[in-house]
Amino acid sequence: MSEADFDVIVVGAGCAGSVAAYVAASAGKSVLMVERGNYAGAKNMTGGRIYSHSLKEVFPNFEEEAPVERKITHERIALLDSESMMTVDFTSPELAREGADSYSVLRGPFDQWLAEKAEEAGAEAIYGIPVEELIKDESGRVVGVRAGEDEITGQVVILCEGTNSMLAERCLGNPRPKPNQMAVGIKETFELPASVIEDRFLTPEGEGAAMLFVGDCTAGHVGGGFLYANKESISLGLVATISTTAAQDKPVYQMMEDFKNHPAVAPIIKGAKMVEHSGHMVPEGGYNMIPRYIFDGCLLAGETAGFCMNLGYQVRGMDFAVASGRMAAEAACAAIDAGDTSAAGLASYKQKLEDSFVIQDLRTFQAWPETMEHWDRMFTEYPTMVREIFNGLFCVDGKPQQHLAKRMMPIVKKRGLLRLFKEIRKAVKAL
Amino acid sequence: MKPVSEITVNVDELLSVNKYEVDEESAHIELVEDPSDEEFRKLVLLCPAALYKIDEDGNKTFDYAGCLECGTCRIACEGTIVKKWDNPQPTMGVEYRFG
Repeated sequence: MSEADFDVIVVGAGCAGSVAAYVAASAGKSVLMVERGNYAGAKNMTGGRIYSHSLKEVFPNFEEEAPVERKITHERIALLDSESMMTVDFTSPELAREGADSYSVLRGPFDQWLAEKAEEAGAEAIYGIPVEELIKDESGRVVGVRAGEDEITGQVVILCEGTNSMLAERCLGNPRPKPNQMAVGIKETFELPASVIEDRFLTPEGEGAAMLFVGDCTAGHVGGGFLYANKESISLGLVATISTTAAQDKPVYQMMEDFKNHPAVAPIIKGAKMVEHSGHMVPEGGYNMIPRYIFDGCLLAGETAGFCMNLGYQVRGMDFAVASGRMAAEAACAAIDAGDTSAAGLASYKQKLEDSFVIQDLRTFQAWPETMEHWDRMFTEYPTMVREIFNGLFCVDGKPQQHLAKRMMPIVKKRGLLRLFKEIRKAVKAL
Repeated sequence: MKPVSEITVNVDELLSVNKYEVDEESAHIELVEDPSDEEFRKLVLLCPAALYKIDEDGNKTFDYAGCLECGTCRIACEGTIVKKWDNPQPTMGVEYRFG
């Protein structure tokens, strides 16, 4: 064992990888982190927002140094049909409370900061090199990584290769995620001056808004749009389930184009310069898609382990990545100290995950991905029904009006009262 | 092949703002010789970089050069028409400045 080149090898310098490297290096272990991008974040993309609770546990003063964009103090959820939009707009001091606060981020700058923290703690980092294979010994135990001709050995490999987890599939035998468990994400970043952003989102200086869209943005199919206000840019994009997107008629980039041109969305990015067009997958299967994440000599963390959660009104991934990266490193260090880095020796990782929000939240909402996948009308009928209801409320054309109930009931009844009741009851149960 | 809806956006123009180190020597994604219409259509619909195209004459084209390395085509079609999907060679491929 002691002849390994490193105590811990971390594959991938995203939220899970850099935190794992930081924690292991801080515990005095020799750590190598291998990242395929030319810098941390170069191959990464997020919507995105990070809920800070798990980052704060590792870096109690991160707000002072991390390149986060804006503290999100305004939450908006919008139902879109082809021309209308109904928005719920919420702000409260509780959203900004320390420990419950969240921040918009861009992974380019953010991941570089996180990787620097790992390097400052003593981890060695190599950039621009993709790990091509996990090396195993005769017994099947992971003993290192191969990149090109180079083989490097480690007592424990922590695999944080992200959502397109080819090493986990090809070297560890984990199943390839199914097209209905994964979504394709597309995002464009638009530059605008800070003051314009604050004016457009009605936020105080330095604070920002997050917005999720349901309905027409994914051409009426399962998925949704997102928007995050950064310091001097806006992240606008959408996420669409792979299986359903492959079976309809509109390419995802055309969905994005139509979303940008939607009458309620276009003014948000008016005059802004588009500076990056990006794509990334999102694991959406929740608890039921979590693969095996403990192997002899190897642990999986972050999205590679399927730790990601989309509830429609709440999208989380980076806080899971930070927490699982930390726990994986703690388990790896304990196993190394105890002289047993087999799967049994690394089993404390599972216990830590089970005892935390990571597995508990995923388990609580395990019925949701399937409920959402089959709730077609959420993406078509509901936004149009809402349009008709609010038109009924607000349109005044001088014709004598009927009582509100008389105006509303036909709109709702048209969709089947009992059916609506059943659909909403099912969703409420899953959520 | 079942037609896809009208395309009004030129994604190549959108990609031109991105930073890439294009590996001219080797393709990190390869398709099978004669991809089926049905599977190819999926990738036309799914690829956020519009790298899978069908022209007016129904010819299928694919260019890995603007790849965003999301892996969506791999999840959709590895084992059917996606023959190879590897990460680009060291230092190659897309380089997100914002992400």
